[in-house]
Amino acid sequence: MKFRLYRYSPESGEKPFMQDVELDIEPAGKMLLDALLAIKAQDETLSLRRSCREGVCGSDAVNVNGKNRLACITPLSELKEPIEVRPLPGLPVIRDLIVDMEPFYKQYRSIKPWLINDEPEPEVERLQSPADRALLDGAYECILCACCTTSCPSFWWNPDTFVGPAGLLQAYRFIADSRDEATAARLDNLEDPYRLYRCRGIMNCVDACPKGLNPTAAIGRIKSLLVKRRV
Amino acid sequence: MKSATGSHTGTGTWLLQRATAVVLALALPGLAMYFLTALPVDFAGWQALFAPLWLRVLMLLMAAALALHAWVGMRDIFMDYAHPTVLRLTLHLAVILTLAGSLAWLAAILFGTAWSAA
Repeated sequence: MKFRLYRYSPESGEKPFMQDVELDIEPAGKMLLDALLAIKAQDETLSLRRSCREGVCGSDAVNVNGKNRLACITPLSELKEPIEVRPLPGLPVIRDLIVDMEPFYKQYRSIKPWLINDEPEPEVERLQSPADRALLDGAYECILCACCTTSCPSFWWNPDTFVGPAGLLQAYRFIADSRDEATAARLDNLEDPYRLYRCRGIMNCVDACPKGLNPTAAIGRIKSLLVKRRV
Repeated sequence: MKSATGSHTGTGTWLLQRATAVVLALALPGLAMYFLTALPVDFAGWQALFAPLWLRVLMLLMAAALALHAWVGMRDIFMDYAHPTVLRLTLHLAVILTLAGSLAWLAAILFGTAWSAA
């Protein structure tokens, strides 16, 4: 199979370039990550992140033929040759397919992604009704692979000020949580022309999410809550 | 790290763009029908089309909605692409002047001397 890989080595002093690679591999039943690891076995200078190899850890997100996806759950047989593999767009490249995730994590941190509840702890867990628990479906499954945020043009133009789809989906996850007491402060934190309202419903995030989540819908619910609070 | 907070603005602007979009979606087809069914018209015909006061008020309200809608949209584009503050302020000012000027011009045309004479 034919591959075109983005290569960049900061020590070499050379500009990034696309490397053509031929690999003898039977695509049936194999994922893109299998191919990348086989290429790395031939040329150990190829750098990439990966860990669980089953779409749970979210560390091997790359841009494949123009779309952000997880290499480990992308079947080779689905891809058109030459398979072009690039690092995630919109983040600084450290080496080859490895990007600096700090701008992404910084926005994630800014929404305080933890449960805020100052009530004394009950003897058992903080209980939720099944209906309240159901509100978290589609919001808690995010694995922070950054496929959505790095496919979002609004994040490309304003990575330092726009929270991005992944961060906003997580913000909604805690706003919607019946056990969380900081809803008003969370909404205050987001009500901003840059932090929230840079989202204009482009929906690249929905297209990119390897877990099938819908950040645009969550952002819409945050906007509805802000409108409800205002009018 | 300083914790990020929102500026507590933006909801009104977003709502304004949504609301004006609804106004435009409802009023534009109606106005288009009003003019298209009257075609072809000569100068006197055009004057007669614009004679009813309600039509001129509706036209002005529509144009105001369009200007507000365009203002939010242009502001969004500048926030994305024009990052230096001086550049952005200049562009904001240019858009405001253009939109407000066009609106005032339209008001002058719709409610100007041509109508008081007629």
